[in-house]
Amino acid sequence: MRTTAHPYMANSVPAIKQEMLDAIGASDVEQLFAQIPERHRLRGDLPLPPALTSEIALHRELRQTLARNETCEENLSFLGAGCWQHHVPAVCDEVVRRSEFVTPVWGTPSSDYGRNQAWFEFCSQLGELLALDFVGLPVYSWGCAAGHAIRMASRMTERRQALVPRSLDPERLAVIRTFCEPRETASHLDLRFVDFDPETGRIDLDDLASKLGDETAAVYFEVPSYLGTIEADAAEIVRLAHEHGAESIAGVDPISLGVLSPPGEYGADIAVGTIQPLGVHMSCGGGAGGFIASRDDERYAREYPTLNLSICDTVVPGERGFGITLFHQTSYGLREDGNDWTGNSTYLWSIAAATYMSLLGPRGFEELGELIVRRSHYAAALLDDLDGVRVVFPNGFFKEFVVNFDDTGKTVADVNRALRTRRIFGGKDLSRDFPELGASALYCVTEVHTKDDIDRLAGALQEVIAE
Amino acid sequence: MTVLRRYHAAVWDEPLVMELSVEGRRGFVAPEVEPEVSARVGDADSLLPGALRRAEQPALPELSEPDVLRHYLHLSQETLGMMGVSLFGTCTMKYNPRIGEAFAARPELAEVHPYQDEETLQGVLQLVYELDEILRAVSGLDRFVFQAGGGAHAAYTFACIARAYHADRGELARRDEVITTIQAHPCNAATASAAGFKVVTLMLEENGYPSTDALRAAVSDRTAALMVNNPDDMGIYNPELDRWVEIVHDAGGLCFYDHANFNGVMSKLRARDLGFDACMYMLHKTFGVPKGGGGPAVGAFGCTEDLARFLPRPVVVRDGDRYGLDDDRPESIGKVREFWGNVQQVVKAWAWARAMGADGIREASDLSVLANNYMETRLVQIPGVTRSHPQVDGYRLEMTRYSLGKVQEDTGVTVFDIQNRMADYGIDAPWLSHEPWLVPEPITPEAGEMWSKEDIDYWIDVLEQVVREAYDDPELVRSAPHNQVVHKLADVPLDDPTVWATTWRAYLRKRAGAAAPV
Repeated sequence: MRTTAHPYMANSVPAIKQEMLDAIGASDVEQLFAQIPERHRLRGDLPLPPALTSEIALHRELRQTLARNETCEENLSFLGAGCWQHHVPAVCDEVVRRSEFVTPVWGTPSSDYGRNQAWFEFCSQLGELLALDFVGLPVYSWGCAAGHAIRMASRMTERRQALVPRSLDPERLAVIRTFCEPRETASHLDLRFVDFDPETGRIDLDDLASKLGDETAAVYFEVPSYLGTIEADAAEIVRLAHEHGAESIAGVDPISLGVLSPPGEYGADIAVGTIQPLGVHMSCGGGAGGFIASRDDERYAREYPTLNLSICDTVVPGERGFGITLFHQTSYGLREDGNDWTGNSTYLWSIAAATYMSLLGPRGFEELGELIVRRSHYAAALLDDLDGVRVVFPNGFFKEFVVNFDDTGKTVADVNRALRTRRIFGGKDLSRDFPELGASALYCVTEVHTKDDIDRLAGALQEVIAE
Repeated sequence: MTVLRRYHAAVWDEPLVMELSVEGRRGFVAPEVEPEVSARVGDADSLLPGALRRAEQPALPELSEPDVLRHYLHLSQETLGMMGVSLFGTCTMKYNPRIGEAFAARPELAEVHPYQDEETLQGVLQLVYELDEILRAVSGLDRFVFQAGGGAHAAYTFACIARAYHADRGELARRDEVITTIQAHPCNAATASAAGFKVVTLMLEENGYPSTDALRAAVSDRTAALMVNNPDDMGIYNPELDRWVEIVHDAGGLCFYDHANFNGVMSKLRARDLGFDACMYMLHKTFGVPKGGGGPAVGAFGCTEDLARFLPRPVVVRDGDRYGLDDDRPESIGKVREFWGNVQQVVKAWAWARAMGADGIREASDLSVLANNYMETRLVQIPGVTRSHPQVDGYRLEMTRYSLGKVQEDTGVTVFDIQNRMADYGIDAPWLSHEPWLVPEPITPEAGEMWSKEDIDYWIDVLEQVVREAYDDPELVRSAPHNQVVHKLADVPLDDPTVWATTWRAYLRKRAGAAAPV
């Protein structure tokens, strides 16, 4: 039995407990649980490890355990594949660590005003990057955003098939598959795969045209693709989809949009993507966050599963407020008849992203995008120079590219193991998920990688393949 | 009665960040491209397909770095954000120990990638595994995963697992119904539907919960699963719940315990002991993880060994003192989200659970129920405030639903007005009720274990004051707030496509010429 008050619980002082018991006329706390039948009750203590109530002891335990991790700061990492090491500006961290943003849930439109404005600025700035006018509040991840968007398209078209690229990230695909119900259910959704051109890595337009039909609810494609390549024919993909009455959904990495065309420009109906690159740490994948955006057309807006925030007026002339719009169509409003479901999401990261977009501004996104494109191509060129190493799609990518090791006689696992002894994390191994690419890995180069880092990688790889 | 605080929210009249833009200002510059890089690859134009090269720069604001910082700090100050007292029911507002924030910020957690070799992730894998073990002890179940990004997402995970379980038995086509109750959170009905099930909703009866007979009548060979909470948001506990589980099991269905309202019963009962196949805890509610205004959150999903083969992959496993990720799970439902979850939040929950220990968790449950019943003794003395289901005697658990229907009847003041007016005294708006409202003008405070008796008394003092104002000067309450950042929203039809604007560009287009403050 505890004899001192617990630091997290102000009322754990015995005199306070007694005061409250006296007020309600109960002799002990146990009486308050009378609703729970004895046969439901757990008696005895939970078998938990000893408490670390002193923060000093807890700190020590956490520090020692987490010291068993190695980080992408002390190692040189070329991992991306859905979770990317971008620079997180210190101002983003300062803002998202404010208690007013970290701890609360909901207040009123007046007492949440500042947070709502930050959320509106997230949607507004993302809308500028995407060239789209309607942006929902964030969802869990890119894969979840794509899953919701495909379901939106299915409801809108009353069709039950979606076309997705064969080059899709297997991780994201697994999430999308979960959203597409199995054959036994009434609202089953079928995924069909569109081949990619083995030369360019881009969607094979002939294959797309042959698979499109009056069953197709949506064509989902990504710019850049999982394999890093850029769909130069994005507008044609959209046109083909529309020709068959299907919706086009573009998946984008918004950090690329200073240099790459926005989905609104090539005519995508819905855009989805990640917000993690916009000022959120990787956190072992815990930095994931996604978004859904579209043209500001009622037909799309009425299918959003997200909460949506609108700028509006207050009762005082000239004063601005923010209120939730289209609430009724969510699961909060309509339970099982709402659009999919909504709940806690990744709202805090939208504030990191708003701060990030404000810091970068138009010139920042352009400079950053150009820097990444040039450094990633530099890395690809250096790696392609190595004996037995080949960059599979050598032209026209953003920050990721496929490196093949077939002619070195080594597996990606061999290469990565040897790199790790040199404190380098090699690219994501693709050989299991894309056997047609052989012993290949997806390398990611961002603004955090200098020329010297890339030279170091190339030097290390040269040693490794010679071993 | 105590003297109420002279609170006033910070008002900065902060323009939108887009309105603060001055051409040419910079909050960020990229490093120069090295000459060797430039020499080798040329400029970006030569490297990107021309058809996809952005022609026109996005209309993002241009600000200096300190101006961005100050802008968002002003916005944080214009957010009450639990700086006063928030007893937002069903959300279990509790202390989020800052040691968790401090560790989440360290590179050992912030700068690690989920695809790193397992050998380089031993620390975080250990903490995830140990929280799994802690939750097994708390629930009696066999395995937990943390992939779901919130409670609703964990409910969806269950619905997908129920789908896989019945498909595996060849019964999915027939078993197309999920049973829930009107007092279960809407996410249960919604996620069951999104997973492809029809939803059967049981209504409350005399005792404040649906009768066991109603459940018997609903169950059939079409029943795939039961998804319920207990206690409900009114603090009423269904003592027949173990019988319900038997009835559904006898019919071949699975049972999911939505532990959204776990604070009052943690250490008092375990999902396994009541017969459940699976349950969910919200780490951002019950286990001390901050809510972030709506995530990143974690719905910790646990189940029996029998269902564990269907869990989303990967699952963290232990072999001696080494930890690993088991991704080779052929019967897994796949993934509900990329990677393994909001790992930094899992670490915060681990830290909370270890700081509390078994004693602390029991005491938190005791205190949350004690404080709720203490509140009731004072709240029911406020004129116009009544308890839901007054015929149900006895102590409620960690929250109680009240109705201010009489206040509304007598004065015209609604619970929305009362929320607004309470915020004038530094009180975060109390939670009302999920749809549909089962009592008129509901409010649902939840005291939890963090708030001191003084805080709770202050909250009650404020409600008492506001109700008094409603009777004495209803217009004062109806026109509230008066001490907040802005006044209440105008009664505009925000669901009208010509009115809504979720982005500044949409707003400018719809109200051409209204770029200056409205």
